[in-house]
Amino acid sequence: MSMLQVELPGLSLKNPVMPASGCFGFGREYSQFYDLNRLGAIMIKATTPEPRFGNPTPRVAETPAGMLNAIGLQNPGLKKVLGEELTWLEQFETPIIANVAGSTETDYIEVAREISKAPNVHALELNISCPNVKTGGIAFGTVPEMAKELTMKVKAVSQVPVYVKLSPNVTNIVEVAKAVEAGGADGLTMINTLLGMRLDLKTGKPILANKTGGLSGPSIKPVATRMIHDVSQQVSIPIIGMGGVQSAEDVIEFFYAGASAVAVGTANFVDPLVCPNIIDRLPALLTELGFGHISECMGRSWKANEKLTYNRA
Amino acid sequence: MIKNEICTVVSQEQIADSIFELTLKGELVSEMSQPGRFVHVKVTAGAEPLLRRPISVANINPSESQFTMIYRAEGRGTQLLAEKKPGDGVDILGPLGNGFPVEEAEAGDTALLVGGGIGIPPLYELAKQLTAKGIKIIAVLGFQSASAAFYEKEFAQLGETYVATIDGSLGTKGFVTNVLTSRSILADVLYACGPIPMLKALETSHKGQKAFLSLEKRMGCGIGACFACVCHTAEDPEGHSYKKVCSDGPVFRAGEVIL
Repeated sequence: MSMLQVELPGLSLKNPVMPASGCFGFGREYSQFYDLNRLGAIMIKATTPEPRFGNPTPRVAETPAGMLNAIGLQNPGLKKVLGEELTWLEQFETPIIANVAGSTETDYIEVAREISKAPNVHALELNISCPNVKTGGIAFGTVPEMAKELTMKVKAVSQVPVYVKLSPNVTNIVEVAKAVEAGGADGLTMINTLLGMRLDLKTGKPILANKTGGLSGPSIKPVATRMIHDVSQQVSIPIIGMGGVQSAEDVIEFFYAGASAVAVGTANFVDPLVCPNIIDRLPALLTELGFGHISECMGRSWKANEKLTYNRA
Repeated sequence: MIKNEICTVVSQEQIADSIFELTLKGELVSEMSQPGRFVHVKVTAGAEPLLRRPISVANINPSESQFTMIYRAEGRGTQLLAEKKPGDGVDILGPLGNGFPVEEAEAGDTALLVGGGIGIPPLYELAKQLTAKGIKIIAVLGFQSASAAFYEKEFAQLGETYVATIDGSLGTKGFVTNVLTSRSILADVLYACGPIPMLKALETSHKGQKAFLSLEKRMGCGIGACFACVCHTAEDPEGHSYKKVCSDGPVFRAGEVIL
């Protein structure tokens, strides 16, 4: 068996590396650069029932070792995603994780029910953490009880396992993670972007038309690492980790923290080939570090602590 | 085809206030032909600054596998780029986007090229290609001041060239539109690149005429995946139809998108 093969609910991954939702469109642009079959999976752009234009521009602003975005869930709507984007993606064997978004509970349920019927959609990613829309999005992800209820309702209609995408913009992410696990989530994806702002030196006003945006990129990696570390010890469902990953070393670090697969977001904008480059580098890196299989890295940060405690006793 | 290559600096020269002319050598030049396209530049390895910078191509020299960019060193990224010396490598992704349609002008036609500030560079390769096809060009170039002016002589070698500066230190005092209203220039096609107010003024003054405008917008990926640089279309100004400046543009037919 390959050193990189990973089995997760609904997902048999030839490697644990996938582009993160919102950073890869529906794959068409990146297919100019490499064969999308190389990817472990693809997390497609958030889909809402109706088409959305999203927020006014400017929608992005660079920050130290990162960027803010406030795209606002622009997407062609459920019908076109099913009829055009997912059918186009059928030429690849790569499993698709469909990111489900909306303004209301009904929106989420409708998208989840329909998109989970697509033959290449192997899992859903329930987006209750988008910071850039006025209604829905993050509102469902910050109150544990609401997150749990929505998870239950989506689980009830989905044909495939449901992963819930958690927001870091909460006081206690473990609480939200436990709530969605209790609601029947099959896995977690974390973290979504951190809410931030950048002001223009000349005008004193926010650069983003939406004023606030979601911070991503290498600058948020330590936050993601800490949160994956904390959550993975408190839940028994797997975590797909994301937040500033740009190298094979970062993938290993997220596994150490407690992730079972890793998504790459902003780094795709910097290097379109970042995902295949990471996948190519991983086996040699694992060997250098003395691992026979990537799963051996999982949770090493806290498993090592347990061992230490045992030795002391 | 879009390529990613570490190109080599052939020369770098400051040609006006904060304006640099950078010539690079690389195999991806073989993919360049249409004027008005751009490259996405990673100015340093590593995460700071993180994103690429979109910079238009000002001159293509296929026989030497070289191309030239003219940019303003304004922010941290372009200031780092300005420090590159001959022999240094620069990470280039490109060529990207859709440029100026040269085929919209025929031999014997007159093309009006209007550029404002750092919008001028892509018009230079366009001017070269148009004149090579036997098209007469008239260039109207706008700058802040004489010290910020560049390439006015290079354009003058290709055709009639007028300059406007906001402080009046060179050419007509005011904007490019002041030149256009003071002289009734007749042209078969208009090509323009510059600030949005300039493009809006040209769209109004050349309504119904054949005109192509190059837009600038804050970009993320540069290849159409991130949806940072979208604009509404004229036929559906409030709706959800859109064009991406990076991959559908940066050049659009006047009236196609909402400026």
